[in-house]
Amino acid sequence: MAVRTLLFLAALLVLALIAPLLIANRFLIDVLTLILFSAFLGQSWNILGGYAGQFSFGSVVFFGTGAYTSSILLMTFGIDAWIGAIAALFAGAAVGAFVGFLSFRYGLRGSYFALITLAFAEVFKVLANSVEFTGGGIGIFIEHEPGLARLQFDDPAGYYYIALALTVVSLAIAWWLERSRFGAYLKAIRENEDAAEALGVNAFRCKMYAIMISGAMGGVGGTFYAQKFLYIDPPIAYGVATSVEMLLVSIVGGMGTVFGPLVGSFVLHGVNEVTRHYIQTPGLSLIVYGLILIAIIGYLPNGLIGLFKGRARPKDAEDA
Amino acid sequence: MLDVRGLSKSFGGLAAVSNVDLSVDAGRIVSLIGPNGAGKTTLFAMVAGFLTPDAGSVRFQDRDLAGLKPHRICGRGMVRTFQITQPFAGLTTLENVMVGAYHRTADRREAATRARAVLDRVGMAAQAEQPADGLTVAGRKRLELARALATEPQLLLLDEVMAGLNPTEIDEIVGLIKQIRAGGITIFLIEHVMQAVMNLSDYTYVLNDGVLIAEGAPAEIAADPRVVEAYLGHGAAERMRTPEDGHA
Amino acid sequence: MLSMTMMPAAIVNGLMFGAIYALVALGLTLIYGVLHIINFAHGALLMLALYATFYLFSLAGIDPYVSLLIVVPGSFFFGYALYRWGIGKLAHGRDQNILLITLGLAIVFENGALFLFSADQQTIDVPYAYESLDLGFVFLALPKVISFFASLTICLLLWLLMAKTDMGKAIRAVAKERQGARLVGINVEHVFALSYGIGIACLGAAGCLLLPSFYVDPSTGNIFVIIAFTIVVLGGMGSFVGALVGGFIIGITESVGGLYLGESLGQIGISLIFILILLFRPTGLFGSKV
Repeated sequence: MAVRTLLFLAALLVLALIAPLLIANRFLIDVLTLILFSAFLGQSWNILGGYAGQFSFGSVVFFGTGAYTSSILLMTFGIDAWIGAIAALFAGAAVGAFVGFLSFRYGLRGSYFALITLAFAEVFKVLANSVEFTGGGIGIFIEHEPGLARLQFDDPAGYYYIALALTVVSLAIAWWLERSRFGAYLKAIRENEDAAEALGVNAFRCKMYAIMISGAMGGVGGTFYAQKFLYIDPPIAYGVATSVEMLLVSIVGGMGTVFGPLVGSFVLHGVNEVTRHYIQTPGLSLIVYGLILIAIIGYLPNGLIGLFKGRARPKDAEDA
Repeated sequence: MLDVRGLSKSFGGLAAVSNVDLSVDAGRIVSLIGPNGAGKTTLFAMVAGFLTPDAGSVRFQDRDLAGLKPHRICGRGMVRTFQITQPFAGLTTLENVMVGAYHRTADRREAATRARAVLDRVGMAAQAEQPADGLTVAGRKRLELARALATEPQLLLLDEVMAGLNPTEIDEIVGLIKQIRAGGITIFLIEHVMQAVMNLSDYTYVLNDGVLIAEGAPAEIAADPRVVEAYLGHGAAERMRTPEDGHA
Repeated sequence: MLSMTMMPAAIVNGLMFGAIYALVALGLTLIYGVLHIINFAHGALLMLALYATFYLFSLAGIDPYVSLLIVVPGSFFFGYALYRWGIGKLAHGRDQNILLITLGLAIVFENGALFLFSADQQTIDVPYAYESLDLGFVFLALPKVISFFASLTICLLLWLLMAKTDMGKAIRAVAKERQGARLVGINVEHVFALSYGIGIACLGAAGCLLLPSFYVDPSTGNIFVIIAFTIVVLGGMGSFVGALVGGFIIGITESVGGLYLGESLGQIGISLIFILILLFRPTGLFGSKV
């Protein structure tokens, strides 16, 4: 990597670290927190969808499971949220293993994988709605007792730093994928699973690892969400909206790239804040999101990052 | 090295391959020829673990391969290429070959070094940084070969690596295959291009409608007008006597 | 026990709804069978058809069944144009792109409806809404009976269209072998758009037939997305008979499941069927290939 790029990234990190000191506006800190958080969730999707090429339409299932895991541990058993976050990490990975094992063992690929993940999220939503320990349709209210043990803060900068840490870790994971055998294998599977198998790649195992890493990240993200917003219910935890946002930021920024989700998150949330500022009507920002998604697929298949990289991936004439 | 016994496969009642016995000895170049639809690719797919045979066995280096997935078979030292080339389209040529090289090393630098060495060997060093989907047909065929070589196999299964190439390109790849064999790798290839097979292989099997109908040294096969006329199409015997325009 | 007496009624009600489901699924399976794509915007397009029917009734006073004459052709042209100049152009022939573009369309349509029509549930009051047929063991609302028979009729018409007309022949040719069809001079892009249009026309019909006994809001489509996919996967992607039988099976499963498990948990049955079918019999009951 060029020294200049490294310096640029270091400068960016320093800027990100001191941002709360420079910005007095609490609202702006909150927006930045959300952007980073969304980039983190997007990276979780990106590892499975962007690198391994397994498009999930139901990645919220990891997020929701993580949110419920730590919230139930906290509110029912009084276990601190940072332990809850670790539990959520394992819970997310376990759900990933469960969904992945079933889907990949039975050879589901492409659109079928997208649909089955959507269906799993739906099943989890109905279950969360119907059983007692999730609070059913009423959901779970999380008490606000600021402190590091609970990962709750009075100062929005607290949440900001946690979101920043999550994002940095997620970038490091993607960075590692770019440099490692495992990452090369994921890309090979994305491009052509049969050819990868022929070259000795255990596609099933690689996809399992990918979905478990993705799930673990989503799980931790769920804990962060619950501790920040202090309330979860089945539509928040398992609704389609979060799944869509996760894939949207990755695709808009650039699938299968380290910084794609971060760039996508900045742009989409930026657009969102601007439209919300001028027109306060429900649905408008999502209309714009949808149009951006369509336009990116149609005109920028490599996402916004692709604009800077120059080399656009030529389109296949026909998927055989 | 490779020993196939009684291998059979049918699709919806139609026998694609029936009761095929063949063997490939270490250090040789063995070819399997036959008209389109003879079941060659099906046979290959079974040998390499992509299809489960209905009956029969595949033994490689005296070990049964039954039920092994392709990546495990690759791990045992047998690797295949695809007739319809299957490049990792979004990756560069080097990255494509590195996927194969990673089979022997987890280290990125080491994999890159090995991949570059293989690219050198197949004459693609200049295209290393080029995206794989920008390669010509000949380039893609070579890439298939390079990726497979990078896994450092003992037995290489080549599925019609010459189809679609012009005579010059065929000559080049024939030379390449000979080189690979000289490097100690056994080769089992399916081919449609008669001429090339004849001056390349040590031993040839002829498959038609899923059944082996002849085997022997290429000269014997080529000299057998009955085999040639009946199974490689009318007039094939004529064409083979004039090899300079003989590729189909 | 309640279930013993309620069971036949639940089954008949399931059949009535199943016919509409079948119609929705028929559109999806046709699009899949010809274009080999998964139309994720299916539910959202049904929602638009429901709104069209709703506004034709509330603004122009046109009876929903009369609206069939407007909404069905309208949906066809909308679908045709959407594919010909939208999806087909933007997807560059990649399946996953189509999945994402139709997802994008679903988002745009759903939130466009939210923006224009608000989130309120809308229903219409037709004079015959509360008339019903007495079958002895069950009272059936008249609109449901009408929609049942109308759905079956439309399925039959669609089958005739596909089996007996030149257009149907061209569509089937493209479905089977698109390169070959191109070689014999069929305008494949046109046929793709036609198939998409016909698929959306099915939704137009479903919208008109559904509204008198249902409601519409911007997220109505979501209810039908998973259901339609389940039916199509159950019946076998691309299979006509499969879509019909699958529609009835899902309709009955839902109403009987609701009886035993309650409204909320009954929903899970559909998703579970979907997952199980995908895992264990991805070719469906009537499909021959994935």
